[in-house]
Amino acid sequence: MITKTVDVAIVGGGPAGLSAAISAKKNGAGNVLIIERGENLGGILNQCIHEGFGIETFGEALSGPEYMQRFIDQVEENKIPYLLNSMVLEITRERKLLVASREGLIEINAKAVVLCMGCRERTRGQICTPGTRPAGVYTAGAAQNFINLKGYRIGEKVVILGSGDIGLIMARRLTVEGAKVLAVVELMPYSSGLPRNMVQCLHDYDIPLYLSHTVTEIHGKKRVEAVTLAQVDERFKPIPGTEKKIDCDTLLLSVGLIPENELTRNAGIAVDEITGGAIIDERMQTSIPGIFACGNVLHVHDVVDYVSMEGDKAGKDAAEYSLGKAKMEGAIRVKPGPGVRYVLPQLLSGEEDVLLSMRVISPARNVKISLIDKGRAAKTIMKPRVNPAEMIQIKVKKGELAGCKEITVTLQNGK
Amino acid sequence: MANKRYVCIICPNSCEIDVEYSGKTLTKISGQTCKRGDEYVRKELIAPERGITTSVPVRGGSIPLVSVRSSKTVPKELLPNLIAEISKVRAAAPVKMGDILIKNVLGTGADIIATKNVPRKQA
Repeated sequence: MITKTVDVAIVGGGPAGLSAAISAKKNGAGNVLIIERGENLGGILNQCIHEGFGIETFGEALSGPEYMQRFIDQVEENKIPYLLNSMVLEITRERKLLVASREGLIEINAKAVVLCMGCRERTRGQICTPGTRPAGVYTAGAAQNFINLKGYRIGEKVVILGSGDIGLIMARRLTVEGAKVLAVVELMPYSSGLPRNMVQCLHDYDIPLYLSHTVTEIHGKKRVEAVTLAQVDERFKPIPGTEKKIDCDTLLLSVGLIPENELTRNAGIAVDEITGGAIIDERMQTSIPGIFACGNVLHVHDVVDYVSMEGDKAGKDAAEYSLGKAKMEGAIRVKPGPGVRYVLPQLLSGEEDVLLSMRVISPARNVKISLIDKGRAAKTIMKPRVNPAEMIQIKVKKGELAGCKEITVTLQNGK
Repeated sequence: MANKRYVCIICPNSCEIDVEYSGKTLTKISGQTCKRGDEYVRKELIAPERGITTSVPVRGGSIPLVSVRSSKTVPKELLPNLIAEISKVRAAAPVKMGDILIKNVLGTGADIIATKNVPRKQA
């Protein structure tokens, strides 16, 4: 077995990993290594050929591959080594990584590790859609891969279940490629994608959206022949008598993303049941010292720019850890309160400026988001609208949480 | 006089912008939080524009397709014609990010440019 020693090992070469690697290098880590399972760097951005990436970072709307290339260029300029076609099989508490590669098994001893494995799609099995098992049922991301990277026509008459951003982007993409998108079907009473994607992907092409609906049956033996839709009640149960059969040959699923945390769990790192990602402190450090996490493996993002920014932070923190710089002192717990689905990081020192990332449970207007400790609001911000599809960030200055022990982030009517 | 609410598509903030207009003249605008939102709605009212992204086949490339986009936004009503025009194009490897595959497509002033590097296929 080949053995290597590195300062910072980056698990995954997508947007989070590239940013983390560049930042680790710039912050003094001498020996950084990116380990990527796929054939090239860049991860999912390879297939995200639509525009809208980089508005926060570069002030321009780039396509996924262009956005990604700017980071790959920096990896090359900084001479950061990477392994492709190489999969991390195990990470131990002592930060020893076991990697399967074309050269055989590699054991890597890392002073610090950054988890950047991203997420994967929820499938039909996980949402238990009844019916037959014909060809023509794809997750939206798989369809995106087939169309954008391989040039396949995946179907002519398409129904999309779920209004997540990838589903909306694929509704437009399929229409541009000459297919007919008959319906986008969403279980919730609101879209789970960004409002801008509702406008430019559905409204622009007159694609109908069925809110509070689901697919109750898939028909067809060899190939999808039709799906049955039904309206759902407030407990998401199909309402009898509302069924509607739509003839189609393809069903796309855009029903959520799951952070890919098998390595994390096997390492014994504490995972937050709501985000599906590691529990972290303000240095992006997990429950195992020296192991950090960022990007979609930590919590699913809606905008890649924020993934890159998180990677940048985690890379810096990992570099500092590898150099033996001061560790975090003090502990203020942060937890979600009424109206809030989750808040990150879960642990703060109160002695550094920090950026909280959070999501709300349902859409609302004119709200007040408060950081409450023992009944007292340590900080409050106002928002004209909030939406579960949009991650919210709150800047907290050092000192604002002075004397706090446990912060509950709550959503209240702001009027 | 008529009212309309737009959702700005320029950035992820998705600002809701309310306008009052008569015919194609904007008389009142509110809700935009930056200059780009203001510009977007003014264009959207008179002559909406969109960028286009798709991909075209590459001969002899390491991958079968190269992703492309318009170098600037084009009139929204021309999108179907543009898609038809782009579908006629075949690129040949190597393709470099930024290469122009169609110059001034359909007289719009926009070029169709590659958004990915596609090197030659290794023999």
